[in-house]
Amino acid sequence: MIVLAFDFALFLEKLILIAVVIFGSLGVALYTTFAERKVAAILQDRRGPNRAGPFGLLQPFADGLKLVFKEEIIPNTSNKTLFIMGPGLAMTAALMTSAVLPWGNKVELFDRTIALQIADVNIGMLYVFAVVSMGVYGIMIGGWASNNKFSLMAALRGASQAISYELAMGLSLIALVMVTGSLSLKTIVEQQMLPGHLWNIAYQPLGFLLFLVCAFAECNRTPFDLPEAENELNFGYHQEYSSMKLGFYLFAEYVNMFISSAIMATIYFGGYDIPFLDESKISPNIAAILGIGALMTKIIIFIFVFMWVRWTIPRFRYDQLMNLGWKKMVPLALANMLLTGAIILWLQGK
Amino acid sequence: MALTNRSVAIDRSPMTFVESLYLPSIFKGMGITFSHIFKKKPTINYPEQTRPFSPVFRGLHVLNRDEEGRENCTACGLCAVACPAEAITMEAAERLPGEENLYREEKYAAKYEINMLRCIFCGLCEEACPKDAIYLSETFAPANFARKGFIYGKDDLLIPNKNTEPEAYAKAKGLNQ
Repeated sequence: MIVLAFDFALFLEKLILIAVVIFGSLGVALYTTFAERKVAAILQDRRGPNRAGPFGLLQPFADGLKLVFKEEIIPNTSNKTLFIMGPGLAMTAALMTSAVLPWGNKVELFDRTIALQIADVNIGMLYVFAVVSMGVYGIMIGGWASNNKFSLMAALRGASQAISYELAMGLSLIALVMVTGSLSLKTIVEQQMLPGHLWNIAYQPLGFLLFLVCAFAECNRTPFDLPEAENELNFGYHQEYSSMKLGFYLFAEYVNMFISSAIMATIYFGGYDIPFLDESKISPNIAAILGIGALMTKIIIFIFVFMWVRWTIPRFRYDQLMNLGWKKMVPLALANMLLTGAIILWLQGK
Repeated sequence: MALTNRSVAIDRSPMTFVESLYLPSIFKGMGITFSHIFKKKPTINYPEQTRPFSPVFRGLHVLNRDEEGRENCTACGLCAVACPAEAITMEAAERLPGEENLYREEKYAAKYEINMLRCIFCGLCEEACPKDAIYLSETFAPANFARKGFIYGKDDLLIPNKNTEPEAYAKAKGLNQ
């Protein structure tokens, strides 16, 4: 008697895909830390890490090893449960978004067609949005549980910043959804791949700019790195953390950067679409590999932009941050939404 | 009154809308940082590459030998007298029969010490020496874990004999680099 027909192959397939995506994200984040130091060095006419291994390529492992071997300190006055939970939460929230991102089209392996996406949720965009908002809990809990006024200040800053910029981010995404008519990330990518259809950046340039700025704010990257303002708050919300807990917080920031680059590449820059190439003419496996390569290239360019901006401009003041968020970004996003809606209506009426 | 012509009047007028978006200035700044990718880096990979010292660089001392490989120093003590930091101490000894191939004069320095922590590398010892025995080389004192390690004795200072140890001599001169 079969109680439940269960496709174990599908289960295995998804499990492998999850492992690959998570370890892939972590690996990319690992080397993003290295790239950050290299890019910083190059932009400042320095050389950057070049001692550990050829071209310093083993530097991230040396850094990781150092963090692992550091003494683990949990302050006496902290809330221990929350203190330990904080870094894990930050990391989980950072990694969870990768579940709905389409990393490539399909591969045909062992007579199976495997979609290179962990879950094709039809409300993918909402899921992304929901998980991104959860990212602030890692910061909030870490800052609160440390029982340190600097950490708490940083956490408060982080939370208010995330809330302010999520609004503009959501509004710019609504305009995009009005254009695409779908919330599924897979559908959005496939739309952009259609012949005669441009990438969404062509239809939503202002929306993309707003989204980019909000992504900087959500990732706590310069110029919005107020929660980690070293000179004002000593170190920020992770001041009391040490060893790998600190490593997790720092690492989550890089994972966040990778994932938000992936989101931007997916929804505005055609995801795994290779420009000027008709993917249906080549065999699906090769197309998938090329597609993953294309997506990775776009992500790497975005990560470079993240770093480039970080090493160019100083941090905003708190009032500037709030002014920009509420008085500039939100009205612009609303105007963008109205304009998009008006144009869509006008095109339909023709 | 303007002291220089570099002063610029500060514009305190409120920002226009475009300015308050910060984007134009941000892009300008990004252009500047991007141009630095193509600039030449002033840093060198230090232990592998070194910058040449000036010929008048005053570095670690060496005690010189003559053409036949005999020590020049006669332990006259003029260098110790000239030293403003009082970094040099020495003990003299008399040359015995059969040591003519080791020491040029009848008297030599049995012990010759320079405290590199006291030394200010002024080069006055070099100028005071009547026998051309002490020179300041183009290297500097390496780091050490103990103060004791900075007191350089004859083993550290004496240049290797170029007739019996040509390789060490070449290395001390920095010829094989």
